[in-house]
Order: sequence, then C-alpha cells, then structure tokens
Amino acid sequence: MDVSTTLVSGAYLIAGLFFILALSGLSKHETARMGNRYGIAGMVIALVVTVLLAGDRTDWNGLFWILPAMVVAAVLGMSVARKVEMTQMPELIAILHSFVGLAAVLVGWNSSYEEHAAIAYPTIHDVEVFVGVFIGAVTFTGSIVAYLKLSAKIKSAPKMLPAHNLVNLGIIAVFVVLTIIYCLVDPENMFLRQLLLGIMTLLALFLGWHLVSSIGGGDMPVVVSMLNSYSGWAAAAAGFLLNNALLIITGALVGSSGAFLSYIMCKGMNRNFLAVISGGFGVEGGTVASDTDYGEHREITAEGAAELLREAKSVVITPGYGMATAQAQHAVAEITKVLRGKGVNVRFGIHPVAGRLPGHMNVLLAEAKVPYDIVLEMDEINDDLADTDVVLVIGANDTVNPAAMDDPNSPIAGMPVLHVWEAGDVIVFKRSMATGYAGVQNPLFFKENTQMLFGDAKERVEDILKAL
Amino acid sequence: MRIVVPKETRPGESRVAATPRTVEQLIKLGYDVAVETGAGRASAYEDSAYTAAGAAIVPPEQAYAGDIVFKINAPDAEEIERLRSGQILMSLMAPALNPELVEALRAKGVTAMAMDAVPRISRAQALDVLSSMANLGGYRAIIEAANEYGGMFTGQVTAAGKMPPATVLVVGAGVAGLAAIGTANSLGAVVKAFDARQEVADQVESMGGQFLRPNLEGLDTGPSADGYAKEMGEEFNKRTTEMYREEVPKADIIVTTALIPGRPAPRIIDEAMVASMKPGSVIVDMAASNGGNVAGAQADQVVTTANGVKILGYTDLPGRLPTQASQLFGQNLVNLMKLVTPEKDGQAVLDMDDTVVRGMTVAQAGETLWPPPPVQVSAAPATAPAGGATPVADKPVKKPMSQQRRFGLIVGLGLLFVLLSAWMPGAILGNFLIFMLSVVIGFYVIGNVHHALHTPLMSVTNAISGIIVVGALLQVGHGHLWVSILAFLGVLVASINIFGGFTVTDRMLDMFKREEPA
Repeated sequence: MDVSTTLVSGAYLIAGLFFILALSGLSKHETARMGNRYGIAGMVIALVVTVLLAGDRTDWNGLFWILPAMVVAAVLGMSVARKVEMTQMPELIAILHSFVGLAAVLVGWNSSYEEHAAIAYPTIHDVEVFVGVFIGAVTFTGSIVAYLKLSAKIKSAPKMLPAHNLVNLGIIAVFVVLTIIYCLVDPENMFLRQLLLGIMTLLALFLGWHLVSSIGGGDMPVVVSMLNSYSGWAAAAAGFLLNNALLIITGALVGSSGAFLSYIMCKGMNRNFLAVISGGFGVEGGTVASDTDYGEHREITAEGAAELLREAKSVVITPGYGMATAQAQHAVAEITKVLRGKGVNVRFGIHPVAGRLPGHMNVLLAEAKVPYDIVLEMDEINDDLADTDVVLVIGANDTVNPAAMDDPNSPIAGMPVLHVWEAGDVIVFKRSMATGYAGVQNPLFFKENTQMLFGDAKERVEDILKAL
Repeated sequence: MRIVVPKETRPGESRVAATPRTVEQLIKLGYDVAVETGAGRASAYEDSAYTAAGAAIVPPEQAYAGDIVFKINAPDAEEIERLRSGQILMSLMAPALNPELVEALRAKGVTAMAMDAVPRISRAQALDVLSSMANLGGYRAIIEAANEYGGMFTGQVTAAGKMPPATVLVVGAGVAGLAAIGTANSLGAVVKAFDARQEVADQVESMGGQFLRPNLEGLDTGPSADGYAKEMGEEFNKRTTEMYREEVPKADIIVTTALIPGRPAPRIIDEAMVASMKPGSVIVDMAASNGGNVAGAQADQVVTTANGVKILGYTDLPGRLPTQASQLFGQNLVNLMKLVTPEKDGQAVLDMDDTVVRGMTVAQAGETLWPPPPVQVSAAPATAPAGGATPVADKPVKKPMSQQRRFGLIVGLGLLFVLLSAWMPGAILGNFLIFMLSVVIGFYVIGNVHHALHTPLMSVTNAISGIIVVGALLQVGHGHLWVSILAFLGVLVASINIFGGFTVTDRMLDMFKREEPA
C-alpha cells in the first residue's frame, strides 16, 4: 500500500483543525466533553496516518518498534490516569510535561544524525536541532523539578544561587555561541558535533532545573502552565525540524495558549510575568513586617462553628491549598449538602491562584460532587461577601489577606484578594498560626469577627458535620 | 451605662446621632439609651419610634445626663459647659483643625472620641463616618448639581429635536467621587473622572465613569536617581493641569472631592478654567469647607461667576439626606460601641492598645492624646480619604509601555523579520506562516476559557502536545540502530502523554456536574 503525501497532509490539516475545536470546546462546561472528544478524534486521525506512513517507509519493519511502544504507553498512561487522586493532578500534569520535553530532546538528537547531503538547508537544520533540543531539555528538567516540588519530594521554598539571573542569561548566551559554532563545524566531523550538542543539552538541562528551583511553591500554578507552554514550543520546534505542519500547528497552539494562561495567572496575583519566571518571590524587595503587633486571635470550637452555621442564611466557603492537602473536599461537600438542605445559601469563592494548578480547587470540588454553578470566581463573589453571614476559610491564607489592600509595604500588596473580612463572621481553618507561602502575617486572623479553628481541616470539618 | 443623644443645635443640622434601629442594637449591647425629645424630628424619626425601640425620651434639661454622649457635630461652648468630667463624648471633632476644642474638652476631663479620626484600616471601615458620609455627599452633590443645572443629564432624541447628554467631570475618585460618578452615570450623563492615584482607574470604570489619563509621554525617560520621584511629581502636576485645561471647558457639571481632613484643600480648578466654562455650567466643590478645590468657591454659598457658572460650596451635603445620614452615622456609632463593649454588658472599655480606639481618642482624663502615634498597619492610604485627588505622586508608579513605543517595537521586529526573510528558503517561510497563525489562534481560543476549566484545559493541551510522537514515529527504522532506539523511547514517553492526558481529562470532565434540577 502506498500512502500518498497529499493524503498525509490532508489528514494533518484536519487533525490540526480538530485540536483547535478541542481547545475552544474546553472553554465552556457545556461543550467541554465534546472538546475532549474532538481532541481524541484529531489524535486518532494523526496517529493512524502517521503510523501507516512510518510503516510504509520502512517496509513495515518499523511497526515492530512502534506498536509495542504504543501498547505499553497506552497501558501505563491510562492506568495512571484512572487511578490518580484529584489532589495529585498538579504532579501528574507536571510529570507529563517532562515526557513531552524528553521526547523533544530525543527527536532533536535523532535528527542530528541525518545525513547532511540529504538536507536542503543544512544550516537552518542545524539551528533547528539546537533550538528543539534546548527547549525540550529545559522543559524536561523544569517539569521534573516542578513534579518533585509539588509532590513534596523536595522542599518547595525557592532555592537561589547567587546571581541567578546572570546564570540564566549566561547559559542562554553560551547556547547562542554553541549554536553558531555548531553550524560552522565541518559536517563530517561527527565527534565534535556530538560533543557540542551534548554540552548544550547538559547546559539546557541545568537551566531547566535552575529556573524552576528558584521559584517558590506559591507560584506553582504559573510554573505549571508555563511548562505547559514550553512543551508546546518544544513540539513546534520539532515541527520546524521535521518540516511537519501538524507539529508546528499543535505546538504553537499549546505554546501560545499556555503562555496566555500563565499571563492570566500572573494578573490574578498582580505579579509581573517575567519576575515570576525568573524566580524569587518574597526574596526581592518588600518588608515582611513580622514585628507588627496585630493583637490577639480568638479560637472557636467545632460546636461553636456549627452553631454559627445553623443560624446563618448565607455561607461562603473559600478553599485553598490546605483543603487539598487535608483531602477535606468530600467533608466540605457534605457540609454544603446538609446546609443547603436546611435552606442555607451556600456558595464557594475561588481565588484565581488558589491551589497549585490553575483551576485546581474547581476540580477538587467537582470530584466531591459540588454543583459547579455554586462555585464562583473571586470577582463574582467579592461584592456579595458583605451580605454573607458566615465565611469558612479552609486552608487559604494569602488569598484572603487584607494586607494586600491595606499595607503598601506588604510583599503581596496589590494582589487582588477575597474580601472575606466584610462578612458577619469568618471562621478560619488552619493548622497553626504559621504564615502562608508569601511569609506574610495575615491581619485577618486578628480581626474581631474572625475566629480560628485549629487542626486538620478534614477532621475539623467532619467535627462540624457531626455537630450539625 | 447610659447613652444620651441630645438634639443637634448647630443651625441647619438635621441629622441625629441615633435612630430607632441603632437604638435597638445599642440596647442589645447592654446600654440604656435616652434621646432628647424632638432630637430625631428633622430626620423624620419621631419620639414614639424611639420609645418603641426601647429608648427613654428625656426633656432638654436631662439631655446630657448620661455616661456616654452621642453627637453629630462637635459641641459648642455652651454644650461643653454641660459635659462633665468622666463622660465619654463621641462626635465629629476635626481635632487637627480645632486645637482649642481639644483643649476645652481636655480641661473638662471628658474622654473625647473623634468619629472623624478613625484610622484608615479595613478593620475600622465599619465605624468610619468619613466614608459613610462621603458616600452620601457624593450622591447629593450630583442631585444638587442637577437641581441647579438648566438641562437634562440624559441624552434623548425626540420629535422636538436631539438633546445631548450632560458631561460630568468628577475630580478625585475616593468614596465621594465614586458615589458621584455612579449617581451621574445612572442619571444618564457622560461621566469622566480623574484621580492622581492611577490604580483607581478600575474602580472609576466599574462605576461607569471614564478614567482620564494625562499625557505622560516622555516622563519615563528620566534617570532613576533619588530625585526622580519628586521631579516626576512636579512634571506630573504640570501635565495634569494641562489635562484639566482641556477637559474643564467640555464639562457641564464638575464635582470636586479633593479633601484631606486637617489640611487646606488643593486648588485644582483655577479662575481661568472656570472662565473657560459654558454659561449655565455648575460646579459642586465638596472641599469648600477647607478652602475649596475651585477658585471662587465659598463655603455654604452659591456663587455665580461673571460668565454665568454656578459654584456650589455646600458643606452639609450629607446632612441634606438626614434620614439616611442619621442611620449611617448611628450605625457607625453602634459599630464603635461593639468594638469597645467586648462583653456586651453595657460597659464601655477603652483599650488604648487597640490602634483604632487609640487613634480616635483625642483627650482622656485631663490629658491630650492628639495626635495619635502613626498607625503601623497602613500608612499610605491615610492620604486617600473623602476623595484624595491631590496630585501627590508619592510612589513612583510603574508605567506600562506606552502605545507608541510598543507600536515602534512591533514594527521594528516586523521589519527585522522581513529583512531576514530575504535569506530564508521558501519552505521555512511557509512553516513560519503556519506557526504564527497558530500562535494567534491559540491566544484567541484560550481567551474566554471559564476559570473552572483551567485544569482540564491544561491536561488536554498536554495530551495534544504529545503529538510530538509524530516526529518520533517517522524516525523509527531510519539508519542507525541508535536512532530507532531513541525514537522508540520517544514514541513511548509521548504516547503515555497522549493516552494518559485524554483519559484524565475525560475523568475530570465527568465530575463537573450542574446542580440537579429539583
């Protein structure tokens, strides 16, 4: 069977179109599932045609390599995806990004073995190899560090080498120089070429590790979506390398959408995008006014909290990363159900950067079967907070910190926050009086309408449930 | 303890410091409340309503016979005579402007708490009368202006011809300014507003106003030395004035709200600007009590200039809404009493370690406590009360790249690309075309994604970026064995992405359920 090139091009075109439909479908709840199906359909078309093409070109010998790899991957990928806990989504996504990065590195290296004589524009090809491997390698190690931080296998505090910005810029400069040398070296001198490519790969691997190491855990939502973007650019670079339109289209789509998502995240935190990706939140500037006396905080018991909730007409719950770590979402959903059964208007207020992944809280609440139309965005709920009787702050800290508005010297000054303190009563679930990621004390805890409920969020929420 | 609410004696004052609703809450806090007979009449609160709420109605002679005195205005000399040592007085005082009042209260041994000296921190918002009164004042300023103005606010096209909407310029976007913007907007006017604090632009726009920006071109080229901020401040003022010169003649109504308590009001609209306005235009100067933002404004007067512009200098704007103003003022007092009555037992405890209580107390037990130590929690917003439109550029605001510069940069990059393309082979250019179009599509497709779907979106884009498998697939079986092994690994890891990514997305989307229709 002969697979015609026009057939392949046509199939790629349709696959690319399906991917666009997939992304646009994902923008609304109603169309999201169809979007995912479009994505799958596009992928099936692309894969079937490519496998046929690859088989055809290699007298079908290639399938001995391809089919086992895909079967193993399918079993591995789907079993992990079925089992993963929703609280571990950030880790899963980070590690998956590293796979794309690794694949890009492999594709780039492979491509460097191609015979120069067979290539129309050798210099451009060389540059493409370098760029592709570079982006792939940065994505690879960056994602692995993000994975390790998110799964708490290493400390999430920013780790800083001295002059980390200089180091980053230096590596990029060396990369440019190496690329130029690589293009000038005699194509027959395989050893030198491999050496240059090897050095560059190691440098890029180091850069990826270094970039993400110096970003603190609080900025992880931005990092994850940024790595998502990188993995797209890596695919696009591979597309240039292989002169493959589908890879270019898909890579550019993923790359630009990921970049835009990171930008939205940064706006949610009122932070400069460049400042976040070059690392170091809470290290640069800003005084951490730890010696300010905020007064005393008050404690409440689970029974007391239940009492308040029973008398409330409207309740808003603002979850944060603490809810995810304590796995409290099911207990929270249960309380929501009980209160709504009593006719209480219960809603959720989600800060754009709550959790460690864009939209993380929404996924957790959805998993616990909280209807999505009572889960509101910060801007949708902020104005209603003043008319709310009780706010439950579950494992959130910086996202409900009034200092962001009141204190111009605060490191989080200017970040939009949920105005929970405007409500009648605020109950804060917290393990201790420790500060949040930004290392900033939270005046909310000392307000007269705030009461603290210490302990594991899940246990405390279950206690309240019992008392109700 | 007994709270007494005397009738206000200042001429023209129609407010009262407690309403039947606030009396109820005070009684819940454990206090006895006595209201002077007729105190609420001007605000449309009858004695019988107070009685129904649980207050005692007392004759004028007993109006000061209590432990805590609630008043709107600072006491005059006669009223100070009636106070006695140990009493707590809560009222407006403007302690920074009235040192002799503070001294008199100190000499009398009264504990004096100034309702207009509440520290501007968010915890104290609930007792801040400046905010609550400024809100009413901003609303009333527009109503007064509409009353004096000879035209309609809203534009209409009628059989008798077209009426253009009135143009309202609001100076200062504090509480009063925002209230004025909202009111004018709801009457149908075209509203423009300016405030030196660029960061309030969003608030202005949220109220339906258009935020004016002075032309700041060229200001970002200065050196970053220490003197930079100040220099920029002066230059900034100059540019702002230029902007006013341009905008003032276009406005039919101007409301100025730049007022910092205890300081003379900044002069923003000068004589030349007033002279440039159309006859029949109306200016409401809400800062008239402190000298006015507008040249020629007189406190409590309506001044008509030679060119027929009316300048209203009313200083009692909130008081012109007495029923609502009394309720808000009374509620602020209730919130203060909640703060100082932690046990809800009718015993006021003034905790001087509390920054809010300390900040408001100007005299106690024969000692002057004014001015209070600076509040640590928030320093800067103190300059932004009732409408702080003063062009004080105390913080070098980081400006976004100007439109022109951005345009220049983009055109430059575009030209660079065009030049480079001269040496590029056609195939590459074709790829670039696909690449750039896809980048643009990516941006637009993602632009309106619902925030709740960010995680599924990321996992689906992740699955899609597994398309890199195509590259690896095509490399299998070419040339060296190594190539095939590397390609095999590539296919493996990229496929994990594809299968895993789509599966997990499907799983997540399954969970998002709308509420079951009951």
